[in-house]
Amino acid sequence: MDEAGPDLYLAAMPPIISVENLSKTYATGLPALKSIDLSIDRGEIFALLGPNGAGKTTLISILCGIVTPSEGRASIDGHDIVRDYRAARALVGLVPQELTTDHFESVWSTTSFSRGLFGKPKDPAKIERILRDLSLWEKKDAQIRTLSGGMKRRVLIAKALAHEPRVLFLDEPTAGVDVGLRRDMWALVRGLRETGVTIILTTHYIEEAEEMADRVGVILGGEIILTEDKAALMAKLGQKQLTLQLAEPLGAVPPALAGHQLELADDGCSLVYTYDTQGDRTGITGLLTDLAAAGIHFKDLQTKQSSLEDIFVGLVGANR
Amino acid sequence: MNWRAIYAIYYFEMARAWRTVMQSIISPVISTSLYFVVFGAAIGSRIQQVDNVSYGAYIVPGLIMLTLLTQSIANASFGIYFPRFAGTIYEILSAPISFIEITVAYVGAAATKSILIGLIMLATASLFVPLQIQHPVWMVGFLVLTAVTFSLFGFIIGIWADGFEKLQLVPLLIVTPLTFLGGAFYSIDMLPPFWRGVSLFNPVVYLISGFRWSFFGQSDVGVEISLAMTLVFLAICLTAVWYVFKTGYRLKA
Repeated sequence: MDEAGPDLYLAAMPPIISVENLSKTYATGLPALKSIDLSIDRGEIFALLGPNGAGKTTLISILCGIVTPSEGRASIDGHDIVRDYRAARALVGLVPQELTTDHFESVWSTTSFSRGLFGKPKDPAKIERILRDLSLWEKKDAQIRTLSGGMKRRVLIAKALAHEPRVLFLDEPTAGVDVGLRRDMWALVRGLRETGVTIILTTHYIEEAEEMADRVGVILGGEIILTEDKAALMAKLGQKQLTLQLAEPLGAVPPALAGHQLELADDGCSLVYTYDTQGDRTGITGLLTDLAAAGIHFKDLQTKQSSLEDIFVGLVGANR
Repeated sequence: MNWRAIYAIYYFEMARAWRTVMQSIISPVISTSLYFVVFGAAIGSRIQQVDNVSYGAYIVPGLIMLTLLTQSIANASFGIYFPRFAGTIYEILSAPISFIEITVAYVGAAATKSILIGLIMLATASLFVPLQIQHPVWMVGFLVLTAVTFSLFGFIIGIWADGFEKLQLVPLLIVTPLTFLGGAFYSIDMLPPFWRGVSLFNPVVYLISGFRWSFFGQSDVGVEISLAMTLVFLAICLTAVWYVFKTGYRLKA
């Protein structure tokens, strides 16, 4: 079997989460979700990217059974989230956005509670492994209220993992979390994916989606305006910039180069050329030939790819 | 039924009671003992027997009922209100557990605690006054039925309340007055005819009367009526809980 084998096998299976025509209008009349369609493949890391109030948490809350949908359907591994909620929810772990913990409980008892709540038999060895993986073992007998914010976040993750879910929702997992914990969390998420767990995370930190996700869905005003493989998304929408540092400053772009998309920068010390990576012809060869013909020398050059952040800001801007 | 989940919530709630044992168990026992001292010993020594029972013994069933009602409501309402207030309810709502199982777990734990308190009080009271229980099965029946019914009532209050003030409102303004006017310290036959008639609209009168009958074999109203009234109140609470489930009222957006 070649390396693509497992991926092809996974791709042939039905999606683990499928959402059809899902809408939610809150009692206040606020339309939080407008007819969402989405499917999430087994074993992928899916980032739901959007600004605050876009509907990320509402979507997750519906899938986890905390919010009742107004319209539409959703299923987890073929189990309808309303009709067959027991089977659906047993597969799901949720790490909420807020640090909502039972202050007076110990780390150990709150994690064991979560496992029982999801109907799993007691398994102290499993709980111990989870707590050790999250660097919580030393604190297992501590009351949660005595822990720092970052540690509380770890406790919430431990609780979500206690029943060995197949799907893990992380709602803004790294909001207000320091760099160390963020790295640990990313490592943990990757480790979980190795074991076949599907991970859906919401974020408004673009770098998080860029760093973690296999696929990105952009949600805005209750609508998913785009879902795409991260790499394809960046290739499709990304632009590159070629910056040429000139040997001698220029006062203006010479007429001989007017046919190229050029801008002068750094007080005439550099020329910036913007091009589309998806285009058949990037026009770089032509530009360099014309530069040589015009007698313009440069001492250095660099290219820069637009980040997901630039793409995202572009998308949000276009939709407003 | 997801028994493991029911057990997890039940165990969590009982552990909370042990953690706050002073507040949840010892303090109601102490405050009731004070009633014994004041009403039973100090005032009771100047009151003649009621229905051929010494006044000190006569008030025991009423006091136990009074504590049973208030503790059931307090335990159950706090038990469900606090997770809503703290936000930890998310986990309960996202678990593979039905509303019925949630209710069984919370109401079961609250009822267990108040029954425990009731039994401790009974034991305490027997140190002060000679007690006899003529119908022990009925006594336990009324104890359990009342604890469950009022834990259910408390559970509903805990779901309805959207602030700590509302959580206290019903117990303070409705339940406590009804209990004090419900014949905990007197027989309603001692009242003038008009107030006796008014008292018959107080559901607590039936609870206390039935419970007292199981001790002394005498009651203000018939024991069948007492039982029927308790069951009616239970049915009302069950209907309210059913409505909460059906609509997700105040639990699910």
